[in-house]
Amino acid sequence: MTPIIDVQQVNKAFGGLRVINDGSIQVTKGSITGMIGPNGAGKSTLFNLIAGALTPDSGRVLLDGEDITALSANARFHKGLLRTFQIAHEFSHMSALENLMMVPSHQPGENLFTTWFKPRLVREHDAKVRRRALEVIDFIGLYHVRNELAGNLSGGQKKLLELGRTMMTDAKVVLLDEIAAGVNRTLLGDLIGNIERLNQEMGYTFLVIEHDMDMIARLCDPVIVLAQGSVMMEGNIDDVQNNPEVIEAYFGGSAA
Amino acid sequence: MNEWVFFINNVMVAGSVSGSIYAIGAVGVTLIFSIMRFAHFAHADMMTFGAFMVLLLTTTFPAAGASIGIPTALIMLPLAMVLTAALAVGIDKVFYKPLRAHGVKPIVMVIGSLGVTLILQGLIRLFAGTSGQSLYVDDRKEIFRLALPFDGVRVPVVITEPQIYLFVITLVAVVALHLFLNRSRLGKAMRAMSDNPELAQASGINTNVIVAVTWVIAGGLAAIAGTLLSLDVTFKPDLSFFLLLPIFAAAIVGGVGHPYGAIAGGFVVGFAESLAVFNWNILLRPFRDSFPAWLDLPTNLAFVSTEYKIVVPFFILVAILIWRPTGLFKGKVI
Repeated sequence: MTPIIDVQQVNKAFGGLRVINDGSIQVTKGSITGMIGPNGAGKSTLFNLIAGALTPDSGRVLLDGEDITALSANARFHKGLLRTFQIAHEFSHMSALENLMMVPSHQPGENLFTTWFKPRLVREHDAKVRRRALEVIDFIGLYHVRNELAGNLSGGQKKLLELGRTMMTDAKVVLLDEIAAGVNRTLLGDLIGNIERLNQEMGYTFLVIEHDMDMIARLCDPVIVLAQGSVMMEGNIDDVQNNPEVIEAYFGGSAA
Repeated sequence: MNEWVFFINNVMVAGSVSGSIYAIGAVGVTLIFSIMRFAHFAHADMMTFGAFMVLLLTTTFPAAGASIGIPTALIMLPLAMVLTAALAVGIDKVFYKPLRAHGVKPIVMVIGSLGVTLILQGLIRLFAGTSGQSLYVDDRKEIFRLALPFDGVRVPVVITEPQIYLFVITLVAVVALHLFLNRSRLGKAMRAMSDNPELAQASGINTNVIVAVTWVIAGGLAAIAGTLLSLDVTFKPDLSFFLLLPIFAAAIVGGVGHPYGAIAGGFVVGFAESLAVFNWNILLRPFRDSFPAWLDLPTNLAFVSTEYKIVVPFFILVAILIWRPTGLFKGKVI
């Protein structure tokens, strides 16, 4: 079976600093794959390369067998590759509900012609999007703050909104960048539940960067360990936690 | 009463005229800033280009308007808007896009736009000459003198035909822009991109399309402002260029990146200018008899003389930057 995401020998340097060094990872369709590694291992850079926010110096990125290396971030979005941001991003001057309503793809209003000449079509579509946004915002438990400006939400609520965005359209793969950071324990349980439900019921594939080992252990299989810009190992959480090399990379050997 | 009619003519009408033009110009500047984050200095010359297109079309088909009963220049305005929008998109492709692709600092874009200013000014002078030319080629500029129905009022309120068109078109443009930004998905996508470009990309918004749409709107509005200004005065290749300071002042006063702020800022600057050059002695004239004999008022009581009008937006700008640097409305995001 072709992996849904196939990163092949990707290199990326910022100035003289080689951040990704011959990085190759595969993500199996339908999995929740975890990605861990010490700070500076290149996790976020690899994410940005997959999502299209950065282009690699060399190497290829394949989505479901199709080469998407040259596509822009918004084109990758329309192919079903969605992401969240490590530091929650929001349209701060729009309400939480409007934030969600910005997302859906293939909107007739995106086109100048339909905006001016087919207002009815746009209105009907808007109503549909609005219904979906209300469902999603209820699902992520932010219904009570739906009309607040997104910039005024708490850090944790913004993270939930990030997850909500990925539910507005039919995604194939969702990249979650430290979605749990700054979210309290109760919300975190909801978040994990939601991710599992999306995985099982909607067939989303997830690639998850996370520092919270609890969350990785509960959610992810397999787990990829990144260190100094390349893949150190891949396996289930027990293999990873018992691997001396991983412990060395994380704790500099002192905890072994 | 006659004194107050002077006030209406010299302050209310004149302020609304320049205010409208500043407002339309400043909206373009502010939209460009909110999407691309740089001050577009070539905006005034895009205005001149629009007026020049109207001049060309009007001299080519001078009689086109007579059949409908409106000035030919106004019929040609939509076409000139399209041409100016095309020019704006073209300039972006050739000059600004490569700079953006290199991820240069905003100041480099600003200097690039100064270069574009020089190019446009040179080209327009080359083809249009340097002298003033009326946009009323075959038509007659109507001047309306409205006598007020009060006893003893001899002075009429004077409004010219292009000024009325200016007010109507400004109102239409502002309402259309408001509906576009708040109702259409494309307008919302523009607001989204000005708020957070990275998230806009990750939400599937094609930022290249948004940039192009911004130039189309800014170019169209520039053509409107330049043409209406030239209709009111005459077409001159450097006429709009001298409005660059008041237009930027208007955009900053309103809060850069905020289109409604730009409109408000335009009228603030326009009225401030006309209030500053108004001879206040006129309003005191009826009370002259009751003044004590030692009080000898000068005949001209204006704050600044007309030649120094340009200092007014400059002072407003300085004042705003000191006391309210984010502008009247909080700027940065549409």
